[in-house]
Amino acid sequence: MNMNTTGHRAFLRLILCCALVSLALTSGSAFSQSGGELRFCLRSEPKTFDPLLVDDDSSLSIRYLTGGVLVRANRKTQDLEPELAESWKVSKDGKQIAFKLRRGIMFSDGTPFSSEDVAFTMQRLMDPALHSSTGDAFRSGSGAVSTKIIAPDQIAIIFPAPLAGLERLFDQVAIMSAHSPKKEAAVLGPFLVAEYKAGSSVVLRRNPNYWKKDSQGHRLPYLDSIRLDIQSNRDVEMLRFKRGELDLINVLDSDYFDRLAASSPGLAHDAGASLDSDFMWFNQVASAPIPEYKRAWFRSANFRRAISEAINRDDLSRVVFNGHAQPAVGPVSPANKFWFNSKLKAESYRPDAALKRLQTDGFHLQNGALFDRGGNAVEFSIVTNAGSKPRERMAVMVQEDLGKLGIKVNVVTLDFPSLIERISQKFNYEAAMLGFRNVDLDPNGQMNIWLSSAENHAWNPQQKSPETAWEGEIDRLMRAQASTADPKKRKESFDHVQEIAAEQAPFIYLVNQNALSAVSSAVEGANPGILSPQTFWNAERLTLNASTRASR
Amino acid sequence: MQRERMNAARKLACVVVVAVCAVSLGANWLAPAGYSKQFRDAPSAPPSHQHLLGTDEVGRDRFARVLYGTRISLLLAPAAALVSTVLAALVGGLAGYLGGIWLRLARGFTDLFLSLPWLFLLITVRALLPLNVSPLVSVLITFLILGLLGWAASARVLSTSADALRNSDFVLQARASGLHGPRLFLVHVLPNLKPVLYAQFWISIPVFILSEANLGILGLGVAEPLPSWGSLLRELEGLISFREEPWRLVPLLLLIVVLTSFQLLLSNEEVTA
Repeated sequence: MNMNTTGHRAFLRLILCCALVSLALTSGSAFSQSGGELRFCLRSEPKTFDPLLVDDDSSLSIRYLTGGVLVRANRKTQDLEPELAESWKVSKDGKQIAFKLRRGIMFSDGTPFSSEDVAFTMQRLMDPALHSSTGDAFRSGSGAVSTKIIAPDQIAIIFPAPLAGLERLFDQVAIMSAHSPKKEAAVLGPFLVAEYKAGSSVVLRRNPNYWKKDSQGHRLPYLDSIRLDIQSNRDVEMLRFKRGELDLINVLDSDYFDRLAASSPGLAHDAGASLDSDFMWFNQVASAPIPEYKRAWFRSANFRRAISEAINRDDLSRVVFNGHAQPAVGPVSPANKFWFNSKLKAESYRPDAALKRLQTDGFHLQNGALFDRGGNAVEFSIVTNAGSKPRERMAVMVQEDLGKLGIKVNVVTLDFPSLIERISQKFNYEAAMLGFRNVDLDPNGQMNIWLSSAENHAWNPQQKSPETAWEGEIDRLMRAQASTADPKKRKESFDHVQEIAAEQAPFIYLVNQNALSAVSSAVEGANPGILSPQTFWNAERLTLNASTRASR
Repeated sequence: MQRERMNAARKLACVVVVAVCAVSLGANWLAPAGYSKQFRDAPSAPPSHQHLLGTDEVGRDRFARVLYGTRISLLLAPAAALVSTVLAALVGGLAGYLGGIWLRLARGFTDLFLSLPWLFLLITVRALLPLNVSPLVSVLITFLILGLLGWAASARVLSTSADALRNSDFVLQARASGLHGPRLFLVHVLPNLKPVLYAQFWISIPVFILSEANLGILGLGVAEPLPSWGSLLRELEGLISFREEPWRLVPLLLLIVVLTSFQLLLSNEEVTA
């Protein structure tokens, strides 16, 4: 009897132990896989490690992995989420934002985090001598930005004029320590810069004081370190990825994507249309050294719309990007869930309608060639940057499409500095094809494009006063959306801007490329999205499988 | 025996060159679709009955593009090489023949020419040229630029050879016989420089073909949709595995075969200057 009872108890203990072990293994599965080194490439040398001076992709990646921010835009849902700030409140006039900070947080060197650090960061960010592009986004009017420390965990930041979408701008502001002797090396993000070999690599190590924990109470991040190799050659990057030396490729072009998808379907990720767009435009600058009759074509909305209608965007998406792109609608990609004007549709391919539209402007066909009212053959050049294969291919396809209307297009590829000089200083070009790499969801990020006085108002920049009524209307609407904190009113204004852009076609939008990336099977927890950084936006929760951890 | 083998190789090379020229001249009949028509339903297609070498990334027939590209490069790369060799002969040959201060001046000038930052100068050249030029004019401009800029290295070689000839016994004997000036240069020096000139000419052709591909990056290459060997070679960029698409190597193989054939067509003495 005793024997039986003892045996029974031992059996129960064994079952209990097994249950506990299995519970531990399943509930803390990510934690159990913690450790190891994640590896991927930066495409260029980081220009700075100062988080407030970042304006290149590589530095941006490092800032994302090392910097702690008050609020973070979730790269999947596009919603704002609390980080170092528990909560925040924007005043009704849009001039002030108050943050309630988390307590008990420390920088990587052990210095405590408080509202003094936020004040220090904002003061440094807004210092005109720093020339910070991140700080430029906060300049809403004449006058200084001030901070008011209410308590060690409460701070208010006051701006001289209303700033629309204010809270979202703090996603880009990595908080620096006001007291740490290590300055920018003391960080609040999941990793810290441990080693930098110029031209070779950057090694990031786990921040031992990182504040975030997983649902089981384990301190994040799971990884021990991240090795970022500086590698500009994409062929080499792909070869190393295939050999298992790299775990992620953040941005892939469609050719590489298809090859990878063919050989290893599980590793290639297409997250759908990104925020990036490719487009072309005509030179409408009054002082540009182009013939007057050509300027008249380019300034005609009918001509621009006809060109837009004559371009087969479906073919561009299918042929140039192997289907990994969507015909573009306008200045906002459909991927931008809140700001996209869903009433608008991509211009469909209608060469007959395009020809009719041109005929209303006095254009006519003669022996297969198109002539204007004055008898001038319709011929123009499209400049684009050399080395961008997709853009060169698109230009060749546009050349063929417009050739069907009797329009002769000469495609010219130029090195990037020469191209920029032509389109922004000398205005010595006829049409140009380029792309926007849009990282900002908010329309304020496009102010420098749509305001007629802006330098990047590509088709006719730096106008003293709007030269056309529709540009004047866009100016008014963009300023209106920027001067109110009411999201509904802002949306109405920007929707109208998108409608005017579709009617007037100052930019002929071509495609929105899909966000393509590659993630090795060694990585667990990756969920690639369309917003940068596509593959490692949740780096703190990424893990590596056992064999990879063992090999590194 | 070796001579017979050499003759056979030359015959084969002659056949190859004639065949390539004939095929490229017959491109209109052999590839009626033309080099610019885009078969958009079949981009990057493998070889088929309709497209013998498949299609490129925008669906253009590769076979047609190779034929038309061969026609352009075979005509214009040698023309550019001829221009540069003539310039090199004039500068280097004459300076070597005249010797003394002329030789030092010419060497200094060629050294200066070779050390110029050509990338920036070519960007300036591009800035001076109009954007709206037809593809055919762009071809002429491209190879003219190559011809006018590619003479300096050859001129250095030629000046050294001419300098050596100037002091050779037969030239001294000719001088002693009363032969001077241009006649001495044309009758005795220039014919003896011929092997070097030939070698420089043939060396320049592949260099110019590849340079043309690189000039495309500066907007100075052959403009789309016109093909050239240079633009066809640029398409090999990013090709990870040749085994997957071996037909894409055809332009490269054609370049190697044609240039080797040209080399074989020269006599052994001419090549080894």
